[in-house]
Amino acid sequence: MTPVTEHDDILELGGARLHSRLFIGTGKFGDDALIPAVCAASGAQVITMALRRVDLDAGPANLMAHIPAHMVRLPNTSGARNADEAVRIARLARAMGCGDWIKIEVVSDSRHLLPDGYATARATETLAREGFVVLPYMNPDLYVARSLADAGAAAVMPLGAPIGTNRGLRTREMIAILVEELDLPVIVDAGIGKPSQACEAMEMGAAACLVNTAIATAGDPVAMGRAFGQAVAAGRAAFLAGPGAERRRASASSPLTGFLGEAGAGAGGAVPGEAQP
Amino acid sequence: MSFADALAALYTPETARAIEAADEAAVLRALERRAPDEADLAALLAPAAAPHLEAMARRAHETTVRHFGRTIQLFTPLYLSNYCTNGCVYCGFNTGNRIPRAQLTPEQALAEGRAIAATGLRQLLLLTGEAPARAGTDYIAACARLLRPLFPSLGVEVHALAEADYRALTRAGVDAMTMFQETYDRELYATLHPRGPKRDFAWRLGAPERACRAGMRVVNVGALLGLAPWRLEVFATALHARHLQRRHPGVDIAISLPRMRPHAGAWQPAHPLTDSELVQAMTALRLFLPQAGITLSTREAPALRDNLVPLGVTRMSAGVSTAVGGHTGGDPGSGQFEISDPRGVDAVCAALRQRGYQPVFKDWEPLEHAHTARRAS
Ligand code: SF4
Repeated sequence: MTPVTEHDDILELGGARLHSRLFIGTGKFGDDALIPAVCAASGAQVITMALRRVDLDAGPANLMAHIPAHMVRLPNTSGARNADEAVRIARLARAMGCGDWIKIEVVSDSRHLLPDGYATARATETLAREGFVVLPYMNPDLYVARSLADAGAAAVMPLGAPIGTNRGLRTREMIAILVEELDLPVIVDAGIGKPSQACEAMEMGAAACLVNTAIATAGDPVAMGRAFGQAVAAGRAAFLAGPGAERRRASASSPLTGFLGEAGAGAGGAVPGEAQP
Repeated sequence: MSFADALAALYTPETARAIEAADEAAVLRALERRAPDEADLAALLAPAAAPHLEAMARRAHETTVRHFGRTIQLFTPLYLSNYCTNGCVYCGFNTGNRIPRAQLTPEQALAEGRAIAATGLRQLLLLTGEAPARAGTDYIAACARLLRPLFPSLGVEVHALAEADYRALTRAGVDAMTMFQETYDRELYATLHPRGPKRDFAWRLGAPERACRAGMRVVNVGALLGLAPWRLEVFATALHARHLQRRHPGVDIAISLPRMRPHAGAWQPAHPLTDSELVQAMTALRLFLPQAGITLSTREAPALRDNLVPLGVTRMSAGVSTAVGGHTGGDPGSGQFEISDPRGVDAVCAALRQRGYQPVFKDWEPLEHAHTARRAS
């Protein structure tokens, strides 16, 4: 097996081959007309939008008109309070031509906006069966993550901190467990306020990060988009270069335990079971 | 505990004194809190907080932008009927005021709706006076059913209804409910509402909770500022909102800060607020309830409205006429109150954009119309 380098590091998700591991959002911009420049500067290839905000009757003011054609559209079910509403919003999104990807958000807590894991798993099951590429937003809970995997999710999207708080990777330890245990990509969503935090998530082995608030509400959203693109790439490169990559490198040149079994390796010299010279 | 019980315990002279007495140290502490509690709220509403208005405004601004972005939702009210059996002493529609009365037929309401929709607006608030024999639940529901295809979000601001009525309205496509308690002071309430069904303070107080139970997505509460000393009113409003948030976590609870305006009739507010006091009220609410929507009406003048936008507002009315039939050339003379911001939708949008805010017209997709969805391309 050859080492994985940045150049052939591709995230395969829902039939797409993604070079960028930064996902961005469309909410909260002071002006949607900034979106194309943010897409370009950040290098992101996936963009999420709330179906509730899409108004096909609005002509050029329609949010969708600002999304460059090359972007993978990831409609989300923001506003859904239960599994049934999430399923209906997903079907509407597909019927409106937004594609097969869906980010499930089921939130029934207007104070903290925390996702409902059980309802999310139910919606995931239904939608995966209908052929959607399902990316559920979740609390980083291993049991919920396993149910989501069983239900057919394409990835899981654990929160780093409650939505809109920009408090960074508060759930770091729990996300690390998901990265360790799941075969699915773990995409950190919500809470990332600074590029350094996105970088940290990537260093930990997250497959990607979704960043909306921190970019959309920055003084200069385009420059901040670029900074996040670079931070995510740097974090990923560090992950590939660092301890996390060891497992992938069967040809590592000098194993630390290589001395074991070598003749005359230490003061004691003798390796059990071998003949003395 | 019902909110009525909670209110009896909190709307007291002791609370008013505690708010008055909060000192600067309490204000500074409140400003540092991640999740301000009741005592912090009292401090933020205190006279001692006045010198710290800029710091409150900064925090309110940051909090609002983090949670809602640089966006403002726009809506407009549609006055369906100004018949009213109540005697609210502060209102131009009050049964004792000799003004022309009118009620739109559902078809006329649709015509008004078309005129409004042509301006780009997608959120509509239906209003009536309290005349259930003429403008009852069936009538409001009939209007809602006709208007729903034009407006993905339909709210009602009508008299206090029973849970079953709110349920009937949600079935007709209404997803939001606004109910101002006017004042949380039970005794003052009695003197301001000398006749009509609205006299029943407790029935009105329980209406937002009934709307939550009936499945409304958004429930908006508020007090008519100027009727009573504002600090305690805002304190009670905030705790009402938090009570609803806790009991009905799936409902978006929002708050309005309507300030009394001059109106047809001689009555004038006894406790008017200055602009600084309005700002203090709004920013204190934002810090106490970071996730609550805050609605600003056209009662305020354009320059002030524009300046209030960054301080916590999430929703504004635009292109407003408070007269029945006012969008299709009816006599705009006898509105409920005089608006101070007569700007059309385009002018409001331009002012928002100039401040780096994006007007949002649509924020909900009605799920009952899932089958009518069309393709984007
Ligand atoms: S405030 Fe409402 S209930 Fe009171 S008089 Fe005016 S329209 Fe009627």
